[in-house]
Parts: sequence; C-alpha cells; structure tokens
Amino acid sequence: MSEDWPLFEVFIRSRSGLEHKHVGSLHAADARMAIEHARDVYTRRQEGVSIWVVRSADLIASDPQEAESLFEPARDKVYRHPTFYAIPEEVKNL
Amino acid sequence: MNAVSGAASPADGEHGAMRPEAHFRCVLRLGDTSLVLGQRLSEWIGHAPELEEDLALANLALDLIGQARLLLAYAGELEGHGRDEDALAFLRDATEFTNLTLAEQPNGDFGHTLVRQWLLDSWQLEIYQGLIASTDARLAAIAAKALKETRYHYRFSSGWLVRLGDGTEESHLRVQGALDHLWRFTPELFAPDDIDERMQAAGVAPSLAELGPQWSRRIDADLAAATLQRPAAQPYPWHGKRGVHTEHLGHMLGEMQYLQRAYPGARW
Repeated sequence: MSEDWPLFEVFIRSRSGLEHKHVGSLHAADARMAIEHARDVYTRRQEGVSIWVVRSADLIASDPQEAESLFEPARDKVYRHPTFYAIPEEVKNL
Repeated sequence: MNAVSGAASPADGEHGAMRPEAHFRCVLRLGDTSLVLGQRLSEWIGHAPELEEDLALANLALDLIGQARLLLAYAGELEGHGRDEDALAFLRDATEFTNLTLAEQPNGDFGHTLVRQWLLDSWQLEIYQGLIASTDARLAAIAAKALKETRYHYRFSSGWLVRLGDGTEESHLRVQGALDHLWRFTPELFAPDDIDERMQAAGVAPSLAELGPQWSRRIDADLAAATLQRPAAQPYPWHGKRGVHTEHLGHMLGEMQYLQRAYPGARW
C-alpha cells in the first residue's frame, strides 16, 4: 500500500524551540492523515507542540552536484559572520 | 466512599446501602470497556497494513489501557475487597467482566476494527463529556484526562470511516458490511439499567437516555459524510455490562490472562 501513498516530510517544533525542524518522513494518503501519522510516529514522547507536513514531491532541493559552486564561494568570506559585533544584553534568541 | 463524593445525597434514600455497590459497578463498567477495547486494538500490533497505522493503533490501545488502569484501580478501592487494577484485569472470568458487548467483538479487517472504534469513540465522547460534571470528583478528573485522548481517537476513527466509506467500491462494501454486523450491539450503549439510573440520580453519572440522541446525531452526520447507510434498528438482546457476553470475550481473555493464570503473581 505504501507505494500508493505519497511521501510526506515532517517538521516538528519542540516545546522549547522557536522553529520547526525536519524530523523524518512518512507515507500517508492525504494531508489530514499525514498530520495524524506524524503525531503518532514523531510525538509519542512529547517531542513537539506543532507539526508541519509537506509532500516530499513539493520540496525543491538544491542539486548536490552543484554544491561546489553554490557553497564554496562563501568559505573565504569570514567577514560575513557577525562575530565582530558586541551583542547587547537585552537581545535574546540570536 | 463519602471521602470521595462528599456527603451522601438525598437521592440515596432508603437504598443508600446499595449505592457503594452501584458506584463500584458503574466505574468497573467504564474500566472494563476501555480495557477490552484496548486489548483488542493491541492485537493489531505488528499486523496493521502500514507501519504508521501500526503505531497509531498501538497509541490508541495504550491510551485505553491507561484509562482502564485509572478506572479499575478506583473501582477496586470502591469495592473495598483489596483488589487492585491487576487483580481486576487478570483474575476475573468472562462472566465477571462488565464491558459493553461491542468492545469485545473481534477485529475483523482494518475497516471492521475502525467501524467498531468509531462507534465506541463517539460513545466515549458523550460519556466522558457527561462525567466531567460528576459529583464524584475523582471520576470527573479521570474523565477530563480521558476526554482529551478520546477526542483524538474520534478524529482518527471518523477520518478513516469517511476515507473508507467514501473510498473505493471495495472499501465502501467492507465498512458498510462491518457497520451492518456491528450495529446490533449499539442499542446497549445508551440503554440505562438500574445501576445507571441510580448513579444518574446520585449525580455520579450522566443520563444515558439524554446522551443517546446526541450520539445518534453525530453518527448520522458521519455516516452521511462517509456515504454509508444507517442500518435498521435492532432488538436489544446484549447485556455485556451485566456480564452476559458473546463467545469472543472468553477467547480474548484466555490470551490476555494466560500469563497471570499460569504463573500467578509473575512480574517483570
């Protein structure tokens, strides 16, 4: 049956987290079922308070073959890191 | 019992002496239905059509067995004979079980299991909702916890009912067949007997006669969405909650209780 059901990617936001993180994938017949499956498979141990699912086919990914041209050029540009600034104490979650 | 539910209510009247027994029976019935249904669902583990459904059914089973533990532990205290939840679950015979007859029916195929689940989830929704207002604070607290679980169970089973009923020709035929078969056990769900009436009068349990029509409306709405036909009304010959069961319960208990019967007191 799995071959008939599309694959969904699952993203969970943990209780303490601010953003949804990719946790895995699963098969489901429709979006509602995907949320239920994600709840049953990935939040059994109170891992999260919010779930996103998206059809894997709808994700557009970068091509690993292009990794060099996409990511290598950033390697020698350390000045882009904000490590040269003093962070005010009031600023949280940076 | 007064420590639990406050001073005896006027409704006790001259039958006050009967009330602890009825209170025990009332809680025991709820616990038995959850336990038997949870055990039935757990039979699916390793056999469900999908890995994800396997986990989903196991989650439902664990919720139900958790409810059964709370309810049976409380029933044991109300009875006052020193029986804990394990003694009530594993050391009673079928005729002493007081679950609804519907809960003990065999799983059949996946659609059959889901129809049974949906009928009982929607029953539990009404019952737990009503029990939140119980004069018995402990029972109300158990119901409040169980209701959150039950809302998810109902979401899950009603979703599948629509998916299968309004699915393929084959899936439609199968769930309609399951519904036609299981419908005969539904009159028991909201048919009050003397214990129910006594508990209702004492404010411990909700009025089954009032909850029945609400359940019926929910059932009709879901059946319409699932393009399924409500079967004709059935006579009411089933009395699981009085200990009169179909042959299936004994077989199920044989497996469930085997270890404690063969090795009394075994722990791990």
